[in-house]
Amino acid sequence: MRESRIGAWIAFGIGALYFILPLIATFEFSLRMKRGEYSFEAYRVVFADPRFQASFTYSVGQALATIFVGIALVVPTAYWVRLRAPQFRPIVEFITLLPLVIPAIVIVFGYLRIFNSSSLIPLTDTNLGTDALLMFGYVTLALPYLYRAVDTGLQAIDVRTLTESAESLGANAFTILTRVILPNIRPALLSGAFLTFAIVIGEFTFAALLNRPAFGPYLQLLGANRAYEPSALAIMAFLVTWACMGLMQLASRGLRLPTTDTR
Amino acid sequence: MSATSPETRHGAPFAAARSPMAWLGIVPFMIFAILFLLWPTAHLVIGAFESKDGGFTFANIANLTQPAILNAYWLSIRISAASAFLGGLLGFALAYAAISGGLPRWIRPTLTTFSGVASNFAGVPLAFAFIATLGRTGLVTTLLVKWFDFNLYHTGFTILSFWGLTLTYLYFQIPLMVLILTPALDGLKKEWREAASILGASSLQYWLRIAIPVLWPSLLGAVLLLFANAFGAVATAYALTGSSLNIVPILLFAQIRGDVLHNPNLGYALALGMIVITALSNLAYIWLRAWSERWVK
Repeated sequence: MRESRIGAWIAFGIGALYFILPLIATFEFSLRMKRGEYSFEAYRVVFADPRFQASFTYSVGQALATIFVGIALVVPTAYWVRLRAPQFRPIVEFITLLPLVIPAIVIVFGYLRIFNSSSLIPLTDTNLGTDALLMFGYVTLALPYLYRAVDTGLQAIDVRTLTESAESLGANAFTILTRVILPNIRPALLSGAFLTFAIVIGEFTFAALLNRPAFGPYLQLLGANRAYEPSALAIMAFLVTWACMGLMQLASRGLRLPTTDTR
Repeated sequence: MSATSPETRHGAPFAAARSPMAWLGIVPFMIFAILFLLWPTAHLVIGAFESKDGGFTFANIANLTQPAILNAYWLSIRISAASAFLGGLLGFALAYAAISGGLPRWIRPTLTTFSGVASNFAGVPLAFAFIATLGRTGLVTTLLVKWFDFNLYHTGFTILSFWGLTLTYLYFQIPLMVLILTPALDGLKKEWREAASILGASSLQYWLRIAIPVLWPSLLGAVLLLFANAFGAVATAYALTGSSLNIVPILLFAQIRGDVLHNPNLGYALALGMIVITALSNLAYIWLRAWSERWVK
């Protein structure tokens, strides 16, 4: 099948061109800040911008909080469903898939209606409350990925035997989860965590509509007002995403998890 | 047995395991889901059927047919459909080339990794990348003028248009297609092709009579998923076009920020329309995937 091999090379070549050209263009553009020469001036300007540091730090904080709360929510639930309450599996799995069905902008629209200052739970009244709401929103966005990563991880170990041996040695539920289950599904957790980080770090819709000083809205604002810095930031964002995905693959190498399953 | 001691929140005692208390363990998760997913959505859905004084009405749904909103839906559907169809086609070609095209072995893992990155490289940075590439002073635009004396912008193209947005969306749509389709392509057994060619089938016959009939539920399902994916995307479009392109997510964004429709309940109806469209395409995807899994094992 010589002809099909030529066809394959053509498909691959066009694909590579389409995917690499924008990266080259963006990188080239980001180097043009000083007239007449290539320089890393745009990167220097960005790094020196206090709003960059503040918004990036804020989003890293949000991402870490999301990962922590997400794991605290998903691991006990997935563990419990697997071990004690398999009859609830369909409903729990259905709920974890809903964030893929309901667009993020619709979810945050609902938040603004039911957590505003005239509601029962006026989370948006304070900055801290809004930060918490944003974090819970990110946990919702990450739910489909995190739940499936954890569930695949639990599938690969013998949950029942591990639990029973720990119980017979006198461990309580909290000890079993933190000292026995968590270490055993570490690759799955890491893989879910890196994906969550990649989702949260540049997220725009939630942060913009909840009016929080996150990295995504900062990027958008800069893009509307500056020429070269946005390109520099786009390159950095690409590198961060790349790092997250690379670490994710590295983390999941140990377990037979379909890493292609990012959706 | 310490069946009654509520030591930790998720730690409902194990001794009580196979009792009717099993539901207790998923209570925290359910509370979370109701608070941050189900209730917010239900609130909008109910609001879409409420008049300003709180009575039941279909008026908001009927109001969606006004030209500005209908145009927004139509443009959104066209952009999502174009990016889903092209993304599906090109993603399929790319995945097939990497898996069964006889290319060097390193290409497949490279493509998978890159697809994982690119399908997550959406939003604001992606918009920047395409402005730097195909914007008025973008690299490709200027090189086309310099090398071929061809000005893209004289053809009526701008990055802020239907094709501009579609081309940008393809950057995350194609990789997503590659990721979804890889398992289905792996299920396409080599023996089938060999058997077909031994029996004298041409390449075309193999595709029309064997590969496509086996693959089409996966293909169609994946394209529907891409459609929903593009339909709900906000950040890329907003960063690329501001509010100059009238698509549903942008309209809803403006409505949430400043009630541009001058009717909050109409805003809820707009959101309901989005849910209905993405839900239908997702349900069709799930149904088609279940259907195809019966064949491709």
